[in-house]
Amino acid sequence: MNKTLTCIECPKGCILLVKIQHEKVKEISGNICSKGKAYAVSEIEHPCRMLTSTVCGKGLNLRMIPVKTNAPIPKSDIFKAMKEIKKLKIRKSVCAGDIIVRNFLGLKGINLVVARSCSRI
Amino acid sequence: MIKQRELVIVGGGPAGMAAALSAYKNGVKDILILERDEYLGGILNQCIHPGFGIDYFKEILTGPEYARRFINKLEQVPRIEVSLRSFVVDLTKDKVLTFLKPGSFNRIKAKALIMATGCREKTREMVHIPGTRPAGIFSAGLAQKMINIEGLIPGKKVVIVGSGDIGLIMARRFVLEGAQVKAVIEIQKQSQGLLRNVVQCVQDYNIPFFCQHKISKIHGNSRVEKVSVVKVDKNFKTVANTEFEIECDSILISVGLIPENELIEMAGVKIDKNTNTPVYKGLNKTSIKGLFVCGNSYKVYDIVDSVSSDSEKAGQSAAEYLKRGKK
Repeated sequence: MNKTLTCIECPKGCILLVKIQHEKVKEISGNICSKGKAYAVSEIEHPCRMLTSTVCGKGLNLRMIPVKTNAPIPKSDIFKAMKEIKKLKIRKSVCAGDIIVRNFLGLKGINLVVARSCSRI
Repeated sequence: MIKQRELVIVGGGPAGMAAALSAYKNGVKDILILERDEYLGGILNQCIHPGFGIDYFKEILTGPEYARRFINKLEQVPRIEVSLRSFVVDLTKDKVLTFLKPGSFNRIKAKALIMATGCREKTREMVHIPGTRPAGIFSAGLAQKMINIEGLIPGKKVVIVGSGDIGLIMARRFVLEGAQVKAVIEIQKQSQGLLRNVVQCVQDYNIPFFCQHKISKIHGNSRVEKVSVVKVDKNFKTVANTEFEIECDSILISVGLIPENELIEMAGVKIDKNTNTPVYKGLNKTSIKGLFVCGNSYKVYDIVDSVSSDSEKAGQSAAEYLKRGKK
């Protein structure tokens, strides 16, 4: 089976032609860098996305604190992740890069990290 | 006597910050940044999605992280003074700036001036959408600010008009926040935003995307109730008998940006009335010597990485201009 994908790794948006056999990628063309290859394999075999959102701040200079997963997470876990993020509150000063949930959703090595520093007022 | 500064930069977003750092590196030692918001970073602070910095930092960053890289650099240079909550209200051809800061009214003269005032969003009025004028119509960037900065969800059933990048990004953001995005309506044949955003913001969440369609009417009295949508041909003329309705409580307008250049226009800089950008030969230059424009107020950029690189050149040009003046 052949499939056409648009690479989302960078703003160029290369159109990738992917040959698939038994749900595995056999051949990729159309990519201008190695990221495209990795993206095509991931997109066909285990699609993942980086998730960014915001967490409520209490008593901080920011009302909403942006957060992100430190690496892409399975696409099928996105809404579960949002549900978890909504339960969180940040009440103390945090710095960009600080981990607020380690092994987020039980995913090994995936952490939810702060993307903007904020402080108590 | 009006106080004189070597270099004044209006705007503390990505363009202003890059220009300041580059001017300093090129020898300017008296720099003042005027920023109207409480924080540096400009629009990046509300752009919490990833995808920034791939060219400039060779890393994928969110907007706030990209801004932080520059804020950190600025904090290491005490010679660059940052004045927050400082709103410039007047500019003359001699580069005299009037700005308001809570509790004070200030006037300074700049030897060189860099305007990094960014863009504003086009509104419903500029694309002529007929119908009523109910609550529930937002520009996409305003909705982004409400959700990402204020923590408010502007609506639960949303139709997005136009497929600019901010609109596409907000389609995904609304879905993640539990709202329903009923449709993205684009009058052109294809998306006006980046393809990657069509994939990861619209297709990923199965949001209906209507190209060559437009809203023919907005319905609702106190609040948006529904929109009428119609197909258009290649000349944007309505195709008969193609009208259908979509029930919604909110409409996001994402139909492009206009460079914000009213201050330089006030000072007498020649402006192209169609693009609202300065008319002059050479990157970042204007018809007034020593007055430079950079970033999205110079032209609308697709990615912030190019804003940073081009704005560094504005800092360099301002430094060269000041050096020439000293000879």
